[in-house]
Amino acid sequence: MTDTDLGERIIQLRDEPPSHIVLPAIHLKKEEVGELFHQKLHTEKGATDPKYLTEAARHHLRERFLQAGAALTGVNFAIAETGGVVVCTNEGNADMGVHLAPVQIHCMGLEKIIPRQADLGVFTRLLARSATGQPITIFTSHHHRPKPGGAMHIVIVDNGRSEHLGRPDFRNALKCIRCGACMNTCPIYRRSGGHSYDVAVPGPIGSILSPGIDLKKHSDLPFASTLCGSCSDVCPVKIDIHQQLYKWRQIAAGEGRLPIVKKWGMALAGHVLSRPRAYDFMGKLARRALKMLPRFMVYNALNDWGKSRELPVPPAESFKEWYRKNKMNKPE
Amino acid sequence: MSKKSILRAIRQNQPQGPPLPDLPSFASDAPEAPLAAFQAMVTAMGGQVANAADYPDLGALVSAYFPGETSVASTVPGFPGNIPLQNMASPAALETVGLAVIPAPWGVAENGAVWVTEKECLFRVLPFIAQHLMVVLAKDRILSNMHEAYQRVQVDETGFGVFIAGPSKTADIEQALVIGAQAARSFTVVLE
Ligand code: SF4
Repeated sequence: MTDTDLGERIIQLRDEPPSHIVLPAIHLKKEEVGELFHQKLHTEKGATDPKYLTEAARHHLRERFLQAGAALTGVNFAIAETGGVVVCTNEGNADMGVHLAPVQIHCMGLEKIIPRQADLGVFTRLLARSATGQPITIFTSHHHRPKPGGAMHIVIVDNGRSEHLGRPDFRNALKCIRCGACMNTCPIYRRSGGHSYDVAVPGPIGSILSPGIDLKKHSDLPFASTLCGSCSDVCPVKIDIHQQLYKWRQIAAGEGRLPIVKKWGMALAGHVLSRPRAYDFMGKLARRALKMLPRFMVYNALNDWGKSRELPVPPAESFKEWYRKNKMNKPE
Repeated sequence: MSKKSILRAIRQNQPQGPPLPDLPSFASDAPEAPLAAFQAMVTAMGGQVANAADYPDLGALVSAYFPGETSVASTVPGFPGNIPLQNMASPAALETVGLAVIPAPWGVAENGAVWVTEKECLFRVLPFIAQHLMVVLAKDRILSNMHEAYQRVQVDETGFGVFIAGPSKTADIEQALVIGAQAARSFTVVLE
């Protein structure tokens, strides 16, 4: 099986999961892609020009398209009225695959169904504008019947969705059109990257969908948020994401799902945060400790955020210390 | 989980929603001069516009825009190109097409997209697999926005139809925009 979206192909060649739903390889530098392509696609060593690398991928993927026996796509929208599916791409990779292979398969979650073809006017505009800011995706393809001599299959996936529909507080999340806007705006996602979520759909929407699939496994995700509400502000289908994050916290805590580390951590944080002197002292201690402790003390089972990524370098001083030095007692 | 139990679960859990709204026409949103807006949008999306009236015929226009192009596949009546599409055994044989010329029944002013179906393409893969894509569109077939487009087009009239709004592009490597990802490298709309 060959992934054909350029970003998806890059991370497939690296044996990695995607980190973003619209830009799967956004965490990689062009130097890393250049080195990968040099090894796998035999591009020139040290070549990093995105144009050159994209051209190499174009040749490589065209070979695969021409040989494929079946093409598998996702679905952006399915239309109840006409019984067809709509697939949107900018690269044209879905169309290259589907129209060349004798068998085409479209895989979709059951929530992708919209009532009428007229509703596509609303959704195609929403999707492109919120995903990349374009007025429309370059290719908006409508599939209703197989090509002459070919076969077409539509696979409708439940995977917990029908159950999720029965949760009044959370069912709104099924309106998601996977535009990625909530990720692009989220201060946590932007600092930590998609891999720290350890799920297929990362970011704010992933943090409210994953607990519905497996609360035990993903109970920490709703806590990794500032509840700033930026995600709910940008969401084109108006999912109350930050409110759902808050509600998932209540459920996780109520079911005793708080891991022991978090429970103690919360108690300790409450203690420290209510005592400014203790807070200053702990801050100083942490800044020094992060610098001096050996790796295994920082990156261990107690630190979830260090599992798939490096922690940032701690600053030399706190804001308070900086302010005291630079601003206090100084004439304006 | 069987199909039956999934459908049962949906029926049981489905909330009682409000009735389907009538879609507004969004006419206030529509560009005032659709033709000018369409031309501007095609350019903004990375395509180019050619004026049929500036050339004696389509052949002359094609030679002016793609000088030296030796493999032209056309489905435009009266302009056969030089690749006999009718004789092609499989879509994969179109891999060598340099330029595809296809009639487009509709254009959309707000985003520079054209609607094309398998009826116009002969082979569904033609507009994608060709190195370069040219579509021929009548000036009086430009609709204002996607809402109007979905009123005029019947999406299941043929087995496949697509809105195309420019050349294939990607920004997957360090978010640098590159034109010419998997499908056609350039997009030319001929207005007649
Ligand atoms: S939750 Fe909203 S903003 Fe986030 S991906 Fe889904 S539709 Fe887009």
